[in-house]
Amino acid sequence: MNIVTNPQKLRGFEKQIKVEKISRRGILKGLGVAGGLVLAAPLMSRQAFAAYQTGASKMPHGVVVNPRVFVAIAPDGIVTIIGHRAELGTGVRTSLPLIVAEEMEADWTRVKVKQAYGDEAKFGNQDTDGSRSTRHYLIPMRQIGAAARVMLESAAARRWGVPVTEVRAQNHEVVHASSGRRLGFGELAEDAAKQSVPSIDALKLKDAKNFRYLGKGEVSIVDLRDITVGTAHYGIDTRLPGMKYAVIARPPVTGGKLVSFDAADALKVSGVEKVLEVKGWPWPSKFQPLGGVAVIARNTGAAIKGRDALKVVWEDGANASYDSVAYRKQLEEAARKPGLVVRTEGDVNAALKGAYKVVVGEYYMPHLAHVSMEPPVAVADVKGDKVEVWAPVQSPGGTREDVAKTLGIPEDNVTVNVTLLGGGFGRKSKCDFVIEAVLLSKAIGAPVKVQWTREDDVQHDFLHTVSVEHIEAGLDKSGKVIAWRHRSVAPSIASTFAANVVHQAPFELGMGLIDVPFEVANLQCENPEAAAHTRIGWFRSVSNIPRAFAVQSMVGELAHATNRDQKEMLLDLIGSPRIVKLDSVKDPWNYGEPYGSYPIDTARLLRVVEVVADKGKWGRSVPKGHGLGIAAHRSFVSYIATIVEVSVDDKGKLTVHQVDTAIDCGTYVNPERIQSQIEGAAIMGLSLAKYGEVTFKNGKVEQGNFDTFPVIRMDESPIVTHVHIVPPDSDAPPSGVGEPGVPPFAPALTNAIFAATGKRIRALPIGKQLET
Amino acid sequence: MIKIKINGQDQAWDGDPDLPLLWLLRDEIGLTGTKFGCGQALCGACTVIVDKQAVRACVTSVSDVADREVTTIEGLDPTGDHPVQKAWRQVNVPQCGYCQSGQIMQAVALLTENPKPTHDQIREAMAGNICRCGCYQRIENAVHLASTGV
Repeated sequence: MNIVTNPQKLRGFEKQIKVEKISRRGILKGLGVAGGLVLAAPLMSRQAFAAYQTGASKMPHGVVVNPRVFVAIAPDGIVTIIGHRAELGTGVRTSLPLIVAEEMEADWTRVKVKQAYGDEAKFGNQDTDGSRSTRHYLIPMRQIGAAARVMLESAAARRWGVPVTEVRAQNHEVVHASSGRRLGFGELAEDAAKQSVPSIDALKLKDAKNFRYLGKGEVSIVDLRDITVGTAHYGIDTRLPGMKYAVIARPPVTGGKLVSFDAADALKVSGVEKVLEVKGWPWPSKFQPLGGVAVIARNTGAAIKGRDALKVVWEDGANASYDSVAYRKQLEEAARKPGLVVRTEGDVNAALKGAYKVVVGEYYMPHLAHVSMEPPVAVADVKGDKVEVWAPVQSPGGTREDVAKTLGIPEDNVTVNVTLLGGGFGRKSKCDFVIEAVLLSKAIGAPVKVQWTREDDVQHDFLHTVSVEHIEAGLDKSGKVIAWRHRSVAPSIASTFAANVVHQAPFELGMGLIDVPFEVANLQCENPEAAAHTRIGWFRSVSNIPRAFAVQSMVGELAHATNRDQKEMLLDLIGSPRIVKLDSVKDPWNYGEPYGSYPIDTARLLRVVEVVADKGKWGRSVPKGHGLGIAAHRSFVSYIATIVEVSVDDKGKLTVHQVDTAIDCGTYVNPERIQSQIEGAAIMGLSLAKYGEVTFKNGKVEQGNFDTFPVIRMDESPIVTHVHIVPPDSDAPPSGVGEPGVPPFAPALTNAIFAATGKRIRALPIGKQLET
Repeated sequence: MIKIKINGQDQAWDGDPDLPLLWLLRDEIGLTGTKFGCGQALCGACTVIVDKQAVRACVTSVSDVADREVTTIEGLDPTGDHPVQKAWRQVNVPQCGYCQSGQIMQAVALLTENPKPTHDQIREAMAGNICRCGCYQRIENAVHLASTGV
């Protein structure tokens, strides 16, 4: 156990004590033995939630609660726990197995985590997205651990010939208190495996006050040491005997097609072995490849050089006229006219007409690329009608399904091995890059690694949408907001799956539009039409980013218009503590969660505002040229509020001095990882606010690498970020952490810029707007 | 035939002398700790140390390092317990972890040149290394911790 020696000198760590897990390298030897907890006798139990309902059972393949699938105990006592979700940096590969270990009384230093391959029938849903893992799996993982514990206790009681009520599992052994006898988990492994799996409904879960690991934040991620010594295995790190390296030239316009290519010069490049066409799918192409020309080489460098030497003729197709400047005008025009009404209360038209004053704000946000540090990459080995894949995928089950369908083979013939992901942010939920590797391996009869370059990643991404949010707020004479109309117009993610989609899907409308938590008598949300001209996809926090930017900027604008404090304006708009009713909404999507367990509870939103205001010292006096901004937003059924302090110098240089974020994510597992997610969300929020923009001209993306699509670097990152985790009500179900930190950042920042300079930013990115 | 000493071992390359060092390390030798992030010396994920200097392996050709000594993350410390590596673990720096070997190599080069950097010097010296997860506050803290002794 190491403790930071000088925490007072570490920024943002004032009250933190950090603990490092000891290396388990030495004691892991000899694992993989078959004599452990018997994995035969398949048993599948559906979830029976004691405390609260979640949407987990409605996900594809639902939830599997089965200790025989998730837990194995070797005779030497090593407990192996399956991590069935993908690790993209949230810490879930540690957190979920830790829950099992907690409940089964396993000692974490004697636990090994094994990554599940893609098999949703066996493990349950594996889509690692939507900030869902902890909220869907806290109870199932506890039940799995508790069931394993009961099996161990039953085995010990039987061996000693005592009633099971007299024995108790404790720190990796079972103890018979009255006789002082004890048996280690390893000694009980074989007998425990012979016990029947107890009824999930009858399991008694641990009292939270006896938790050794949960809620403490004292366990580091299982991959920490490997990451620091360079042995952690990402998608890019897979190497197979005889493997070839491929880089692909893809159609520069979405929906474009290959006409012809000349490979003569490419084949002259040292190390290049072959050039061949890759099949593409017609647009909208779902998660299928875009097609193009692949250069196969003995190493990646040669493949890239070979691709540079290719001569390719493309047919650009219907999207060749996509132009971001013109498209923005189109969105703005649509946002100024009535659109499809998706929520309405009172009479917004009459109220706006009769208002003493109307404040109008129109906010623009461009496309964003994900740019995970590891660009898309996959290795595939196709042998006959069997496929094995190694890839950094957020959706291993979906990948398996899509690969099987593409080749017309049964899913049983497809193995998807999940590596660590060098970032994902939603990009790696789409498996087009895996299918490319599969097609190429099949074509050349050898294992193939397909490597996307950074330019490929930016230019052929499933981009975050582009949007205009138009808000009109009507005030009465006293300054009270009596009317609120929000029109949101953006091409939908659904356009990636079906032609002629012009409206946003319920899951997009539910991210900050129809779920606006404001207590305004006359309120209407509308969705005018917009058609897509490129692949649109999920980007961390999705539609919440532009919506929170618009809504929380409008709060700042209204505060200014009525000469009020931003925070007071925000609290007034949220209004009374209540459960928001969405009666007028046809399909009120709530992140897939039942509204009963996860309602829009304004008391919780008000509380995070008060907590961040208190901890972040809202209203403190700041030096000249500095300003404070605040924003709050509920997303992924969590509640977040952020305060940002900025300064802008006379040349327009922006400095972020301090960030304070309060998060209420209900019951939590690992506060240390929550802190890291929220720290990172501030950086991602600052990146998109300051720089994030992908534009099109003649149908082609104009950016390519970190020089033209910059992200925040350390020298411009917030000087200090504080994270304040709001203690949950004892029975508050867990909610999202990975995504909800992002949306409130940009409006808190631009509200702070307004306070510092009087300049209102209505279009992102900020770019050069502060330069005078 | 180009000869290079990599992590203390002699290596030879008779292919394209212009091949970026990154791909020799990763694809030909199998030292995969050094990562690919941009290919243009813009992100620092591929940082290695050549004769005590931090170098971007993605734009350094194999011929540039002929007869020189290259250290990658795998060769930084025989037990993986370099003070910078220990500090990284103590502060729980990584999220996805992908950029961290490059960050660590850059930090080692910084501390070789300036053993007691201020926070501002750390922020400036590490600005060439991008972390998309946004671990900067912890990286800064870890470098500070390593410089003051773990």
